[in-house]
Amino acid sequence: MSALTNTVSDSLVITRRNLIKVKRVPDLIVFATLSPIMFVLLFRYVFGGAINLPDGITYAEFLLPGIFAQTVVFGSTTTGASIAEDLQKGLIDRFRSLPMSRSAVLIGRTVADLGLNAISIVVMALTGLLVGWRINSSVPEAIGGFLILLVFAFAVSWMMALVGLLVRTPEVVNNASFIVIFPLTFVANTFVPLESFPSVLRTFAEWNPVSTVVQAARNLFGNQPDSVPVADAWSLQNPVLYTLIWAAVILAVFVPLAVRAYLGTAKR
Amino acid sequence: MSRGGSQDAVVVEGLVKRFGGNTALDGVDLAVPEGTVLGLLGPNGAGKTTVVRILSTLLQADGGRATVAGLDVATQADQVRGVIGLTGQYAAVDEYLTGVENLEMVGRLYRLGKKEARSRAVDLLDRFDLSDAARRPAKTYSGGMRRRLDIAASLIARPRVLFLDEPTTGLDPRSRLGMWEFIADLVSDGTTILLTTQYLEEADRLADAMVVIDRGRVIARGTADELKAQVGGERLELTVGSVPELARATEELRSLALDEPRSDEQTRRLTLPVSGGAATLAEALRRLEQAGVTLLDVGLRRPDLDDVFLTLTGRPAEDAAPSGDGASTPARTEETVR
Repeated sequence: MSALTNTVSDSLVITRRNLIKVKRVPDLIVFATLSPIMFVLLFRYVFGGAINLPDGITYAEFLLPGIFAQTVVFGSTTTGASIAEDLQKGLIDRFRSLPMSRSAVLIGRTVADLGLNAISIVVMALTGLLVGWRINSSVPEAIGGFLILLVFAFAVSWMMALVGLLVRTPEVVNNASFIVIFPLTFVANTFVPLESFPSVLRTFAEWNPVSTVVQAARNLFGNQPDSVPVADAWSLQNPVLYTLIWAAVILAVFVPLAVRAYLGTAKR
Repeated sequence: MSRGGSQDAVVVEGLVKRFGGNTALDGVDLAVPEGTVLGLLGPNGAGKTTVVRILSTLLQADGGRATVAGLDVATQADQVRGVIGLTGQYAAVDEYLTGVENLEMVGRLYRLGKKEARSRAVDLLDRFDLSDAARRPAKTYSGGMRRRLDIAASLIARPRVLFLDEPTTGLDPRSRLGMWEFIADLVSDGTTILLTTQYLEEADRLADAMVVIDRGRVIARGTADELKAQVGGERLELTVGSVPELARATEELRSLALDEPRSDEQTRRLTLPVSGGAATLAEALRRLEQAGVTLLDVGLRRPDLDDVFLTLTGRPAEDAAPSGDGASTPARTEETVR
């Protein structure tokens, strides 16, 4: 077998192992989907009335792509905590002593978390349809919308994989990523239009890749009517391209770093 | 070592490992002949686990070299991983997978076919008395069951060399005895094993030869008998009626002892290294009777590995801190059976 087929088959074994845990601990998936449902309902009904939107778009249509993006980015943080847990339990040592592909443990982890994110998106989309969200575009465009969310989340998973390998304590990984991810998903066009931001924050938000994922999803789901203007920043005028560049750069940097950290985990 | 190099499944020469400014291994040499068990002994922090982690390719050494089945662990790490099995200090099993799923996963990662992995998994579960629990998640297993599953996982590819890092630490005595039987079975199948342990009784039971390390250096090596002979003499062991009598007995008998007597107030037991056999025993009894010490139990015995450890390292095996109660023989330099 070639190195590539070995990597693929080992990664599948690890992915399967990670997904079995989801099957055995259904609470995981229940809570992973309950919180986005809660967010949908809270923002739609509690904040929705207070947030000023231009005519031509309902808050549900504005909100759902934002919630999708926030949820998959948060979903990706579980990658870090799960890897830290495997380290603590000695499983990474076991894997590293096996004649398996050097990147399969990380690939299997990030792919399994991608699967979890896909499930979350389906649940949220169904909830969204119930509260008034609609897809106003073609089927291929809508599929593109879901894909760009998942591609970006997959890249974030690799960043989190590195964090998990370096920090090594699941609880600390969770807290640390919360401190970074929470502002990233809020200082963006996720829940409120950028026009309401003070200027410095607004510039940051315009170039924040979370904003462009959200914008890309809005465009692809047809949740951005022509009557509603989009900021002039290049990032938001070309959100799909800008987001894909970010995802590619994150992967190009963090995949090698994470694999290297994985190989150097046995410090003691 | 004088043993033939080609027959050694594991060879370690001048191994050095530093963590920051701390030298964990300071030139360790050892060899494990094919089909035998080497017990690597030493207190906590002596460097046992570091040796195992270098041999199983998890860590890279800073100096020296090591081969496993003739393969260099530094330059042929991939091939080494194909011929070894590792059972680390904590049972590295996935608690959400069942017993059979755990073994199948490891088997697949050793590149066994699906059918092969499954049939070996079933066989191993049977052999390690886990058949009844095969379809339960490992989360529901007891500590002893997890350890057995962990060892079974490291055996699924029938490794030529098996590393067992403290395989019974944390197990209750009954599970420990069971584990010894399983390990003894492996040995009779011809597996080469390097076993680390803090339990001297364990090494005595399982190992063909032993290497004792302390602070990253080898301080003794040989068979259990050789190590015991190296310490020499006999041990006079007696139990007295009360703690004050313990002190009195120590004073009365000190001149008979070859080395500092060791007393334990909790068990009111006094241990003295002596020579002269029955005559010394009779003299000790005479002195104690004159001093009016109540004797509950008395006997002469050959030194055991605990005595070896105490003599070599100046502290008991299961205690990393130097002990202050009269067991302060300075550590000796290596006295090898070369």
